[in-house]
Amino acid sequence: MLNNLIIFVLAAFLGAEVLSKVPQTLHTPLMSGANAISGITIVGALVAAGMTTGPWSTWIGFAALVVATINVVGGFLVTDRMLKMFGQKTASSASAGAPPTNGTPE
Amino acid sequence: MKTAIIDLAYLLSAVLFIFGLKRMQSPVTARTGNALASLGMLVAVVATLFLQEILSWPMILGGLALGGLIGVGLARTVEMTAMPELVAVFNGFGGLASALVSGAELSQYVGGDVYGFGIVTAVTIALSILIGTVTFSGSLVANGKLSGWITGTPISFPGLRVLTGLLLVGAGVAFGVMVAYAEAFPTLARPMILAALGLGAAALLLGVLLVIPIGGADMPVVVSLLNSYSGLAAAAAGFVLDNTALIVSGTLVGAAGMILTVLMCDAMNRSLANVMLGGFGGGDGATGDLDVPEGKTVNETSPQDTAILARYADKVVIAPGYGLAVAQAQHEVRELADRLEAQGIEVKYAIHPVAGRMPGHMNVLLAEADVSYEKLYELEDINPELSTTDLAIVVGANDVVNPAAREDEGSPIYGMPILNVDAADSVVMIKRSLSPGYSGVPNELFYANNTKMLFSDAKEAVGQIADAVKEMEEA
Repeated sequence: MLNNLIIFVLAAFLGAEVLSKVPQTLHTPLMSGANAISGITIVGALVAAGMTTGPWSTWIGFAALVVATINVVGGFLVTDRMLKMFGQKTASSASAGAPPTNGTPE
Repeated sequence: MKTAIIDLAYLLSAVLFIFGLKRMQSPVTARTGNALASLGMLVAVVATLFLQEILSWPMILGGLALGGLIGVGLARTVEMTAMPELVAVFNGFGGLASALVSGAELSQYVGGDVYGFGIVTAVTIALSILIGTVTFSGSLVANGKLSGWITGTPISFPGLRVLTGLLLVGAGVAFGVMVAYAEAFPTLARPMILAALGLGAAALLLGVLLVIPIGGADMPVVVSLLNSYSGLAAAAAGFVLDNTALIVSGTLVGAAGMILTVLMCDAMNRSLANVMLGGFGGGDGATGDLDVPEGKTVNETSPQDTAILARYADKVVIAPGYGLAVAQAQHEVRELADRLEAQGIEVKYAIHPVAGRMPGHMNVLLAEADVSYEKLYELEDINPELSTTDLAIVVGANDVVNPAAREDEGSPIYGMPILNVDAADSVVMIKRSLSPGYSGVPNELFYANNTKMLFSDAKEAVGQIADAVKEMEEA
């Protein structure tokens, strides 16, 4: 218990340190990406759904697994979709101020 | 041995999460950062699947497939303008998952072959249920307010505060009962189960009641606070299961949400308490009000005149707001900027931290339209430049450019940092009406000498300006 508490406090400091340097431009992807990471409860859901000690725990675990998977899979994919758009810009601006191309892909 | 391998795998995934978030510090590395974080999740899932004694494989695979399909579907189809709504939904699912995991853990004890339930377990399970469920229902209400199936105006009724208070007391009692019966559990299971169900029900209602009195435009703060909660719920679940990966990653998410929440409150010069107590603002002001107050004059302009102004400017600054998102005008804005830049005119974008419905919302929309992020300037960087700007075009923004925040001490938004577009030689405001912004505060900028109003839908107006610029090139 004490160990867990120590880990909790240290992780909080680390998180504040790493995340406060994220630029405003990336705040939306940060939020959706961080949210996908909070889907780590999927691990707990897997354990819960994988036990067959009782029908209740199995079905509650199953429900937890489904919603956690939606959160994880959807969260990472949508974050990637957003970041891909930012990435394209790097590629085009890297080509030394080439005139912006007309018409948007996609 | 087996548990050591699992723990090491969890450590690895926590490290991958940290590296992933670290790479979010620059748009160049962010995409690989996200990939690293998802790799971390894969490591954690695979380790759990292969090394725990998992008995019901069909159920596991079924759950993963079902959730995965829904997730892919949602992520693929969402419009970039609807991103805040989607994040709210995912966030709610995260909270629900944490609460359900705790519920499942509890019912495992009832099954009878697990022992060692104690007060600490009871406290963490209760916390996880409480935070997770509040996050779930609160996020759903936030989604409703953002996507419009619940009105954006603050909802209140007599006794709302009393009811909220009673529910808090009820949740507290249920929490207390869970802790009090911890030692007797699972031999005496009934009171614990009932209290857990009661706590879940109270938390479900609490989430709703806490969010409905908050106005639609404050939803970004709510979503990011709830995001922080869903992280804390995951961390609480980590305490329940004694799982380091859950604690570390849940805490990281909690920190991310908290940082964004504080940043946004600062950007509005309001305290978190002021936002959460709700009642601020009167919705989106879609009253279509065109009445000019006495003694004031409005200079109206046309897309063609705006095009002329822009064409003869050396430097144009575009300040987008929520109106741009609603009208989906980002592609037209980029087209206009491209045409101006082709004429050698410098174009920059001024992004206020709370423009839109989510932190960084404008950046995502403009990125979708292929605008280079290097042209997007934050408040502190663009304000000194506005006095040397020939033309500022305000697209669907209002409160974030309202000079009352700087000058009128009696104004509710006084002290909020704003984009000083009024320092530019001319300002063109594209807006559908003279209605005040979300804060309900009238905007003196509408009547300023150097302001011209272009009453129109943002998409239509910007498209017409771009066309007019094109015609001038051809003429």
